Amino acid sequence: MLSNEFLALFYGALMALAILVYAVLDGYDLGVGILLPLKDKQQADTMISSIGPFWDANETWLVLAVGLALIAFPLAHSVILQALYLPVALMLLGLILRGVAFDFRAKAKTKYQDIWDLSFKLGSFLTAFSQGFMFGLYVMSFEKSVESYGFAILSGFGVVAAYALIGSAWLIMKTTGQLQKKAIKWCKKANFVAACGVIAVSIVNPLINDFVASKWFDISESIILLPIPVLCMILFFLQNTLLSSFNNAEDISKSWRPFAIATSIFLLCFSGLLHSFYPYVVPNQLTIYESLADPSALTFMLYGVVMVVPAIIGYTLFSYRVFWGKTQALSYY
Amino acid sequence: MLDTLLLSRIQFATNISFHILFPTISIALAWFLVFFKVRYVQTKQPVWLRAYRFWVKIFALTFALGVVSGITMSFQFGTNWPGFMERIGNIAGPLLGYEVLTAFFMEATFLGVMLFGMKRVSPAVHTFSTIVVAIGTTISAFWILSLNSWMQTPVGYEIIDGVFYPKDWFAIIFNPSFGYRLSHMLLASGITASFLIAGISAYRLLKNDHKHAPKLTLQVALTVAIVLTPLQAFVGDLHGLNTFKHQPQKVAAMEGVWETEKGAPLLLFAVPDETNRTNHFELAIPNLASLILTHELDGEIKGLNEFKDAHPPVKPVFYGFRVMVGLGLLMILVTVITRVTLFKHKELPIWQLKLLVAMTFSGWVATLAGWYVTEIGRQPYMVQGLVRIDELVTKVPSEHVLYTLIGYLSVYAILLTAYIKTLFYTADKAVEVEEYELNPPMRGQQYA
Repeated sequence: MLSNEFLALFYGALMALAILVYAVLDGYDLGVGILLPLKDKQQADTMISSIGPFWDANETWLVLAVGLALIAFPLAHSVILQALYLPVALMLLGLILRGVAFDFRAKAKTKYQDIWDLSFKLGSFLTAFSQGFMFGLYVMSFEKSVESYGFAILSGFGVVAAYALIGSAWLIMKTTGQLQKKAIKWCKKANFVAACGVIAVSIVNPLINDFVASKWFDISESIILLPIPVLCMILFFLQNTLLSSFNNAEDISKSWRPFAIATSIFLLCFSGLLHSFYPYVVPNQLTIYESLADPSALTFMLYGVVMVVPAIIGYTLFSYRVFWGKTQALSYY
Repeated sequence: MLDTLLLSRIQFATNISFHILFPTISIALAWFLVFFKVRYVQTKQPVWLRAYRFWVKIFALTFALGVVSGITMSFQFGTNWPGFMERIGNIAGPLLGYEVLTAFFMEATFLGVMLFGMKRVSPAVHTFSTIVVAIGTTISAFWILSLNSWMQTPVGYEIIDGVFYPKDWFAIIFNPSFGYRLSHMLLASGITASFLIAGISAYRLLKNDHKHAPKLTLQVALTVAIVLTPLQAFVGDLHGLNTFKHQPQKVAAMEGVWETEKGAPLLLFAVPDETNRTNHFELAIPNLASLILTHELDGEIKGLNEFKDAHPPVKPVFYGFRVMVGLGLLMILVTVITRVTLFKHKELPIWQLKLLVAMTFSGWVATLAGWYVTEIGRQPYMVQGLVRIDELVTKVPSEHVLYTLIGYLSVYAILLTAYIKTLFYTADKAVEVEEYELNPPMRGQQYA
């Protein structure tokens, strides 16, 4: 049997990967939902077309992340989900509303279609906001205070902005013409708000958690860590500059760049957070080692993970290759 | 104020009842789509493609509802039943994990290609994707029913300080009730989808739809149903015998047997009275229950009084069982009548079409009734005989559970109404346009 240390690290890393992939992938399709215009049907159609083949698989990464918490760190899973009972319910409500709206908006009677568009937009917003809210409470160690809830609300808007950022970057990559121009404007705004959000979290996090502060302000460690916030700010700046030049010349061959930058920002922020909290899975309460499930059950799971995850990555890439390029007017099923 | 335990039970029952409606259709509907697609590839007759295109719309909608209600389920374990994962997680976790890894990603990704990629990939790759989606839905049923069956008939574990540890994975996955429950559920899905297809096709014919596609799908659905409905009665009987062996208290509640008796009668109808521990208004056939369960006229059936404080509430299990069996028999009857008529006269009279429309969702009712029998029949245990549900419930305040329950109920009521209305609306639109245009333009259809 494999050692507990290895299993804790392996499943911790896998769970982190699932959360990161989820944030990027469902992030862009939630972002597209948040930005959905309610007045321009044609643009709304194109936007939804661009995420149609992917959203379902994107959401599966959330199920995997929650599933891994449940399988590998059951104690942490139950502490976190009981602490987040109401926001989880709100997020689920949001996910339900937008998930079903995908189909209902095209298949229901014409007079109801606008309501489903609205439900798609609100559902996307609610999902993103409650995820940010939960993230805020997590950073505040689930403290029940006014400051804690205040920070969680700010964090909710921060995640909405971050998803809008990556969602609009997705649209710049997948669309053309008027819609692309619009997306560039959205992207600039979201880029600014998201940058403010990242700064706010970076300041509050070490102030609240002594443990986090001790990590970031340790001289020897901070030399290795310094590049993370610096690079992150450079990327936000770069994104802004790039988008301004897009305004003048709508260079389509380079239209994948904002999405690549947004993804890199997500990656950097996430690695910063990972570093802040490791080895805790519940801040200041439980480490991944303390809450690890039975090693023999996890070893049994490991075979599956090693065989199946490469296959999942393989056919996910296949599906992105099939739908590569600009979203076109095309009939579907 | 209701307590957190009861509210959590109601909430979980609400969520899982709503959820199971959609996989029950989509597991088998995916295989129907494979059949339509393969027939089109073989015969090149556009009518098969029309059948595919019509039913894939309904499949996509059904699948989406299954996905979103399924995500809710994955959170419910942690929010409402934290004790479940703390104590049973070492066994339940890997089974759920394998479901996510081997089924969810595969079906979701290939569904994208199947729905939106028809013109982007070769016909062979598209057919392949359709098959992969069908395999994915079936694998998903495999894992979740393995876990559910293990909770009914637990084996292959050891308990240390109240926590379960796996000893033998093969025994856990293929536990004693698994094969029966999996076959029973897959057949239920096949029958539910057949009656849905038959009902909607009959609806189109009643609307004077003179095209070939609804006639063809009606015929396919009834052919499948005439094979599956009697088979289900046979498998259901085997499943019952398996339950009799492993969960006698559940069978005692199903049959309304209070005192252990030899030569127990089969109760066609009765009103079980749990306070006085007896039945009222019994309508019975002597010795038949014993004959069915033990294959002997005077075989012994253990009564509920042998399991005081450890048997399920009797009424829901007793009535649920009668609803399921009654509907099952009705479905056999209806299929035989309609399929034979179709064979003889090549078309169905109006009254038979109306009958099929009325029975469009009969599979849902029978499936739910069956699940209530088996799940309520496991009470008061989470894991039969080993862990009681009251040991596992959340510490969240009951008001929070109540608010979220009200939220879920209202959303589900809206979604169920919208789903059923949209099914018939899609049929109405197909009546108008399908034949004349292979790709009726709809909003949101310009997909890449």
